[in-house]
Amino acid sequence: MKVIKNKIIDSTSVGVVETKSFTFAEDGEKFKFEKGDTLGPIALAYETYGSLNRDKSNAILILHALSGDAHAAGVHAGQDDTGWWDEMIGPGKAFDTNEYFIICSNVIGGCKGSTGPSSINPKTGKPYALKFPFITMADMVNAQCRLIDHFGIEKLLCVAGGSMGGMQALQWLSAYPERIKSAIPIATALKHSPQQIAFNEVIRQSIMADPAWRDGNYYEHGQPEKGLSVARMIGHITFMSDQSMEEKFSRRLKNDKFSFGFDADFEVEGYLRYRGTNFVKRFDANSYLYITKAMDYFDLSGDKFIPNGKDVHARILVISFKTDWLYPSYQSQEIVRLLKRRHVDTTYCELTSTYGHDAFLIEVPEQTALIKHFLDKTFNGYLVAGHGKSN
Amino acid sequence: MVKATEMSLDHKVIYSIIEKGSRVLDLGCGKGELLYPLVRDKLIRAQGIELDDKAIQECVKKGLSVFHDDIESSLNEFPDNSFDYVILNQSMQQVKKVGDVIHESLRIGRKVIVGFPNFAYFRSRFMLFFRGKSPVTRSLPYLWFDTPNVRFLSVTDFKNFCKEKNIRIVEAHYLGEKKEIRFFPNLLALNAIFVLTSH
Repeated sequence: MKVIKNKIIDSTSVGVVETKSFTFAEDGEKFKFEKGDTLGPIALAYETYGSLNRDKSNAILILHALSGDAHAAGVHAGQDDTGWWDEMIGPGKAFDTNEYFIICSNVIGGCKGSTGPSSINPKTGKPYALKFPFITMADMVNAQCRLIDHFGIEKLLCVAGGSMGGMQALQWLSAYPERIKSAIPIATALKHSPQQIAFNEVIRQSIMADPAWRDGNYYEHGQPEKGLSVARMIGHITFMSDQSMEEKFSRRLKNDKFSFGFDADFEVEGYLRYRGTNFVKRFDANSYLYITKAMDYFDLSGDKFIPNGKDVHARILVISFKTDWLYPSYQSQEIVRLLKRRHVDTTYCELTSTYGHDAFLIEVPEQTALIKHFLDKTFNGYLVAGHGKSN
Repeated sequence: MVKATEMSLDHKVIYSIIEKGSRVLDLGCGKGELLYPLVRDKLIRAQGIELDDKAIQECVKKGLSVFHDDIESSLNEFPDNSFDYVILNQSMQQVKKVGDVIHESLRIGRKVIVGFPNFAYFRSRFMLFFRGKSPVTRSLPYLWFDTPNVRFLSVTDFKNFCKEKNIRIVEAHYLGEKKEIRFFPNLLALNAIFVLTSH
């Protein structure tokens, strides 16, 4: 979670980090989108933690969720907010920066430094807005692949992420099985169910119904604040569970009595409004539209996941959470079912948690232990344990 | 780290049956007490199925791959002959649809290793006959109200079952308290281990 103010940077933090930028598809070369459009140059914002070893075998690509960005761990100079997966990335943590080289990049179509709808179209000098090509999960992964090439990394030790990050991990597995040694898809799905598409559609409609959206051309006037903030409020409801909301808010009031008006009486109302307003400051409305659509279009179900004739030698760790009703465990079990059919070396664990979909960002100990051990065995081999590790 | 000498007798027997490099599925693999030494010493390709998430954590720590699932619903997606051995040790008595599980195990595995506590063990018989109480023994340590077991069977019961279902028993091991037993297994064995094939 990002709201840990004034957190002391201790020995388990990666410390002060900086977002960098990688540009490709320059000098006439264009990046080809899955839908057929071409565009160039493309910039990807990224951060790295830890150091790449000599044979480049310790690189892990962290994949962010819908509203995430390249800032996964540590703090930016002069700021208090830690990265979105700071609990998981750092010295001695699940993604141990003493051992591994961690890369996290903002997806193509995003708004945190990577080329997306809010980027300036060099031809017009104005933001692309809805002229930006439609993006897919494959486009996100193909762009990441260019970044990995740039580092000269032949094979990633692991690709890992939750929610939409998990979809990208599955896309990596499907498209580039030979370039990954392992994958950790968390709280995710091979395709969106009608319920998930429905939520995304309500989210998009609330943005587009705001007159301030102006068919996407709002950049001179400012964000469609009302619509985007309602969109985010809907999202936050789906990230929590009935139980976690009861624990967090119950029916507690912000003031002692009802206002008998339409102010935020209940703490839960205040929370959602706060989340909504905050989101407007940090996320581009058009990016939200594009990325939610990319999630809805994503479909690796059935034979599309691991095409016939393709062998997968990667190890897979699939994690789901019991109270996650946005990405229910049956969707993770479907991933496992397909991996099982193809004899892919897979571990699946459904973790107990009250936090709903948010669990992958919040729930630390069990998830940390699973990932830490899984990575250790993937990196150091099976039989090292108990025989004394060399490092 | 588990040494061969620290293994329980049933694990020792199963360990010795499985050949080097086999593909093995362990149904109800617990913390990987059996799979781990097999991976370490015999370089088997192991897959476990386990319901307890704390046990799964232990398996992952050992580098084992496990599905969080119950035995009964976990088998049907595996293609035919996915494994050389499917192990159903000390978990069959907790399975409701035993026939289906063994049938599926024989489909996905070349051989199936079944291990279970013998209900006709002489001490069990004494307890029931003379004391009129449900047996509590070393291999069946639970009281009637907190036992996870839903099936109570003897060596003879299982042999009859195999005959009726046309299942071939290619190997049988009868286990006493400390070593294997040669005579009157239905009376003297605490545990039995059978290696089965479908033809």
